[in-house]
Amino acid sequence: MDEILSMKGITKVYPNGIVANKEVDFSVQKGEIHAIMGENGAGKSTLMKILFGMEQPEEGEIHYKGKKVTLNSPSVAIDYGIGMVHQHFMLVPSLTVAENMVLGIEPKRNNVFFDFDKAVRMVEEVSKTYNLDIDPNAVVLDLAVGKKQKIEILKALLRGAEILILDEPTAVLTPQETKELFEELINLKNKGLTIIFISHKLKEIKQITDRLTILRNGRSMGVYDTKDISEQEISRLMVGRDVILTVNKTDAIPGDTVLKIEDLSFYDKGNKPVVKDLSFRLRKGEILGIAGVEGNGQGELVEMITGLKKASKGKIFINDQEATKLSVKNIRNLKTSHIPEDRMVYGVAAEGTIGENLISDRYDYPVYNTGLIQRVKDLVQKSNELIDDYSIKCDGHTQQVNMLSGGNIQKVVVAREFSSDPELIIADQPTRGIDVGSTEFIRNKLVELRDEGTAILLVSADLNEVMELSDSLMVMYEGEMAAYFEDASKVDEMELGMYMLGLKKMEVKEMGGALGE
Amino acid sequence: MNKKILFEAMRTLVAIGVALLLAFIIIFTVSEDPGYALQRFLLGPLSSLRNFGNVLEMAIPLVFTGLAISVMFTAKQFNLGAEGGFFIGAVGATALALSFELPPIIMPIVAILCGGIAGGLGNAIPALLKSKLDASELVSSLMMNYILFWLGIFIINNYFRDAQAGAMASHRLPEQVKLIRVLEGTRVHFGIFIALLMVILVYLFLYRSRWGYALRMVGLNIRFAEYSGINTKSVVLYSQIIGGIIAGMGGAVELLGMYTRFTWFQLPGYGWDGIIVAIMARNNPLLIPVFAFFLGYLRIGADLMSRVTDVPSEVVAIIQGIMIMLVTAERLLAGWRHRMIVKEKMQNQPIDEGGVQNG
Repeated sequence: MDEILSMKGITKVYPNGIVANKEVDFSVQKGEIHAIMGENGAGKSTLMKILFGMEQPEEGEIHYKGKKVTLNSPSVAIDYGIGMVHQHFMLVPSLTVAENMVLGIEPKRNNVFFDFDKAVRMVEEVSKTYNLDIDPNAVVLDLAVGKKQKIEILKALLRGAEILILDEPTAVLTPQETKELFEELINLKNKGLTIIFISHKLKEIKQITDRLTILRNGRSMGVYDTKDISEQEISRLMVGRDVILTVNKTDAIPGDTVLKIEDLSFYDKGNKPVVKDLSFRLRKGEILGIAGVEGNGQGELVEMITGLKKASKGKIFINDQEATKLSVKNIRNLKTSHIPEDRMVYGVAAEGTIGENLISDRYDYPVYNTGLIQRVKDLVQKSNELIDDYSIKCDGHTQQVNMLSGGNIQKVVVAREFSSDPELIIADQPTRGIDVGSTEFIRNKLVELRDEGTAILLVSADLNEVMELSDSLMVMYEGEMAAYFEDASKVDEMELGMYMLGLKKMEVKEMGGALGE
Repeated sequence: MNKKILFEAMRTLVAIGVALLLAFIIIFTVSEDPGYALQRFLLGPLSSLRNFGNVLEMAIPLVFTGLAISVMFTAKQFNLGAEGGFFIGAVGATALALSFELPPIIMPIVAILCGGIAGGLGNAIPALLKSKLDASELVSSLMMNYILFWLGIFIINNYFRDAQAGAMASHRLPEQVKLIRVLEGTRVHFGIFIALLMVILVYLFLYRSRWGYALRMVGLNIRFAEYSGINTKSVVLYSQIIGGIIAGMGGAVELLGMYTRFTWFQLPGYGWDGIIVAIMARNNPLLIPVFAFFLGYLRIGADLMSRVTDVPSEVVAIIQGIMIMLVTAERLLAGWRHRMIVKEKMQNQPIDEGGVQNG
């Protein structure tokens, strides 16, 4: 097979001083599915952004079809035939599939007017050529995640892509959708396309790829034929040690109800219900997981419990006290902690120091203030304690948060939220996008807190995570409870997927366990 | 952290350097005797005690308005009401001075506080509009400047105007309300100590009090502040009111230190200058006096130059404009900084097994 593309000696340093790639060599052959593996923060996405012209390397060369090329913008990369499907889709929700697909390369009638019919024909043509079925007239807004991903792939193919980069394509998919995607990818490969597949999921890689390149800490750990390397070896090369990402936990010993939700609803601006008549309870010493495809009301539920949004209907009780209309501060005073879904938006002030970020929930406590003046020394001491206890890798409490890696930023959030003696923790995507070490640390900490009697509501798009950590498990679909399992360890992944996709729904009486009935 | 300070300092120096260089070029092209003009511009303020005193006199109001703006900008409240606050503060001090008789020492203190309250009330309106109705404080505070100006003119004209005086002016201020001179041979007044006291108080407020902490967090990331349980609406309110109070105090101090009557019939412009000072100082209260002095120095230097040479003092306006543009240009020197970081990282990138950097 011919080498279609090679990158040599790529080094990339970001403005905040983080070295994302260091002298990385990488090459792909025509017609293969090549995986780039590595844990979060290993530099996979950066390498691909360089290949797609979104970032410029400090050093290194890129050769494409035997010629040296300079890829200084995505449009140049597209012209060469390199296409990329991002983790977060770049689609205009209010437009149709056809309109989205031709965005930027619109067919024109008389050189002026947008030729919608031709756009539809173009889409039909490309979808037929590659055997990817899609309705060109559907509005993107109404489509499921799997379909949106298909549009992104077709978008790249329509622009003449010969190399297709997929950035963690399965992260947002249910097991059923993943299966479908893999069939499509193999089909594309058979049609001569080259596919670069970024992932850190070992099983998928073994299943679909021909070769793989492993990155660790910004460096390449070598190229391997997928069939010659075991999952264990890959994992050791990725992390540098043997990792067992299973959590050691004993059976839960639930106590009294801490959080009680009664007929809770939330209507959006268009008066559309996003959360619909939800009722459940969470007990002391128990982890209740919420599974579901993102955007099925989980975010709004969390925001209502923590006081960031006000419920449209229904009631929330925390330790028997009604909390439906309380402010964020008052809810925090009820010993509630919150790990927010997006740490950079809610979890930290990125330009603030680590110390400032660690005290935002307690800066006004009487112990930290003498009269009008803050006890700065005590606050610094507390920050240093937390940095030690949660092993936050940094130069000290005065370092800016945005100079840290994703995992360490999350540890700043977790250190603050776990150290306030919480009786209830709302953990929304607690380990999203962070390295294995930090993930292990945070998961074990959650179990530890559960054993000490904290009630934990865990929302996660990572199926492994909810299944591993939860004692009980519920599934949300379109704002409603689609399923409830008293014992999370007895749940089958495929079955869970059915509930997440709305293909199955439990009867109300089957879910009585959620209310303790 | 230290590297960041160094980098910001370099950027400020480059901005000042480029601006001065351009000013020199202008001077050289328009002047018959550029050497003399330049000498007057750069060294004039140091040529006599009186000239140097002029610099300090001018820096005092700039410290107040610079502090006012920096408090509001730190909270990311782009309230430009320091101008109106400064003006109405002077009116408030005049009203008190001409309405009540109080003993010396007490009287200026009460008059300055009265000015502060007037400024605070003026800014409370855009602050309330923002926190209750989500009205942009930028627009409402700009409008408020004119409202406060005409309100002040109305008050002086109708209640405190001296009909005997030729131009529009208030009655004479009583002697015991005026601030004493502190430097023989100049008009530098006690206000300079009040200004420095305010620098320390504002610093303590912003960096050593819980309200200052809440204010800074709102400025850094308002959604983070809200999530943490900080009452962001109240921060929006008090940051602007405090800004108004400081500006109002500045107006009162300026009036009591430099004037015998209230004679302004246009906005004096110190509020706008405060924005320049705050931007140059990166909202750091401890740097405010430095840049207030610097701006005062430029102004007096240009003034001295225009008096004896053929170069107009408007040169300063050009320098100011260029400095602000360059200082606010975030990408200025970014390439240099990036190369510095790359070089350092390449030399001592630790080869730790399993340690993870972000990607």
